[in-house]
Amino acid sequence: MEAASLSAPEGLPRTRRTADRIGDKFLYGLTAIAALVGFLVLVAIVWRVADGAWPAIKVFKLGFLWHNTWNPVTSRFGARDLIIGTLVTSFGAVLLAAPLSIAIGLFLSELAPMSIRGPIGTLIEMLAAVPSVVVGLWGIYVLAPFDAQHLQPLLGHLLGWIPIFAHGGDKVESTVFSAMLVLTIMIIPITSSICRELFIGVPAELEEGAVGLGATRWEMVRTVVIPTVRGGVVAAVILGLGRALGEAIAVTQVIGNFTPLKLSIFEPGDTLASRTANQYQGAVSNIQVASLIYLALILLVITFLANFTAQRVVKRFEFQRIGGD
Amino acid sequence: MSAAPNPISLRVTGRGRRRLLVNRIAEVLAALAAFSALLVLGILVWSVFSRGVGALNLAFFMKGPAIFGETGGGVAPALVGSLVLVGIATAMALPFGVLSAIFVSEFAPKPIGQQVRLWLDVLNGFPSIVIGIFVFALCVKVSLPIVGWGHHQSAFAGGFALAVIMLPLIARATMEVLTLVPDDLREASYALGVSKWQTVLRVVLPTAFGGILTGTTLAIARAAGETAPLLFTSSLAGQVTDWNPTHPVASIPFLIFQYSEAPDENLHQQAWAMAFVLITFVLLTSLAARYLLERSRRKLGAPR
Repeated sequence: MEAASLSAPEGLPRTRRTADRIGDKFLYGLTAIAALVGFLVLVAIVWRVADGAWPAIKVFKLGFLWHNTWNPVTSRFGARDLIIGTLVTSFGAVLLAAPLSIAIGLFLSELAPMSIRGPIGTLIEMLAAVPSVVVGLWGIYVLAPFDAQHLQPLLGHLLGWIPIFAHGGDKVESTVFSAMLVLTIMIIPITSSICRELFIGVPAELEEGAVGLGATRWEMVRTVVIPTVRGGVVAAVILGLGRALGEAIAVTQVIGNFTPLKLSIFEPGDTLASRTANQYQGAVSNIQVASLIYLALILLVITFLANFTAQRVVKRFEFQRIGGD
Repeated sequence: MSAAPNPISLRVTGRGRRRLLVNRIAEVLAALAAFSALLVLGILVWSVFSRGVGALNLAFFMKGPAIFGETGGGVAPALVGSLVLVGIATAMALPFGVLSAIFVSEFAPKPIGQQVRLWLDVLNGFPSIVIGIFVFALCVKVSLPIVGWGHHQSAFAGGFALAVIMLPLIARATMEVLTLVPDDLREASYALGVSKWQTVLRVVLPTAFGGILTGTTLAIARAAGETAPLLFTSSLAGQVTDWNPTHPVASIPFLIFQYSEAPDENLHQQAWAMAFVLITFVLLTSLAARYLLERSRRKLGAPR
């Protein structure tokens, strides 16, 4: 070792065989390339979608966002009602799903008898494994008719004085409201299982402290459990929102694919993703194809923003928790 | 606890009773929420089962679609097509997913590893319809100088779109098991003079094999049910069984989608039957994979 200039004596094996030196470098390179491919796919998605939308961007510019015609004959395209429809269905679904998910998370982490927590949690997560096309099929033939017969008239009766709940009296099956319900069903398993993990992670001494001070179980949840993981719950809900924003198939099956949007949610509507999915065989002209890709681009930006926000919230939340410890 | 009229009484009165009542209401509401989710799952599975099982017979699995207006017929081309699509997707996504996971957990410096995780999360967050549009814009709309890829729909294109969906799932699952492999094993291997690449290939990977397998199974279950990526990449299929990956092929989820909006009662029945087959496959594989994952975790001595 001390005399590098001296040649190694014959007959002694070198400490590292050539095969190993090459092997290490080779495997490092190979895995690094594989990891890089993931990144390249990411870049390629953004690039190809932006590039494919370019002809439409050039013609319609940003006005695409607040124009509302979708007319293949005159080649005028705009996305306003689709953007509104996407936001309305997704936020509506999240408004329904968030309290339910938190309640389910609490039930599975604090309330249910130990022996049934695992099986029930698994079953609810199985709901997430049901393919969206099956949820959509069920939506068309089971949920939407029930919705039109019972739920919508009831809600219209109770809340009809608010314009968005106005019910015309016709039993419309394909409605924005049906799409909301379908999306709610699809995001509950995601948000509730994250919520459950978060609630389980709340330190037992905090909970015991609250109970020791005489709090009831609900008071403990309200004053200790939920405030401790508030950021995580927000992030879970935003992740659910991201999923709802991008869901194409199940929504296109139940929403009725109709613009211009009406004010009431008991009428047909459309979203960015469902319009894109619905036009898979109908796009004739180049400008229409480019407009469809433009829709996908808008969707990409919106979902990216949602997921990015969720990441930031999680990061801040984790930072706080580490800082607090 | 406050100044009660009778200090010895332990009866809960007034405020305390209200607090207990509120607590009880909250508990019941939480239980109801969980119960309603289970109810939805139950109704969904029951509808699919009761409506689908009637159309299941041998012809359903062996034959192509019936001529328009006739009853009977089957979905054999779609079964084969789904097999081809998912096979292509797995062949593409598995090596890249596992290798990038190895990069992150065995080779990469921490900040770079975190970057790769971030990309994969972003990729996982992309809507599947956007991925379909991406593959459409990449190799269906324009011509690529690779045989069988350019300018038209194909099983390659559809499989590629599904692979993009599977990649982050496989990679994340593999990373998770690789971090569970105890460092003692790696160190023991190094102490015996084994080099790093041999350690990774002969010690780490075999230990994590079960976990990787279940992660892949879950990704396959997910990909088998995806419709949106196939709309623009492999939807213009013929009516006959086709194994050629340069042709667009039919697939189970896409056919469910198509039949669900068809005006023909016979096709609705077939859609339910396909949904039954698909849901059975997906739920069984997911359950089995979860069970195996739990077992291999326990074997690796993970907490919980």
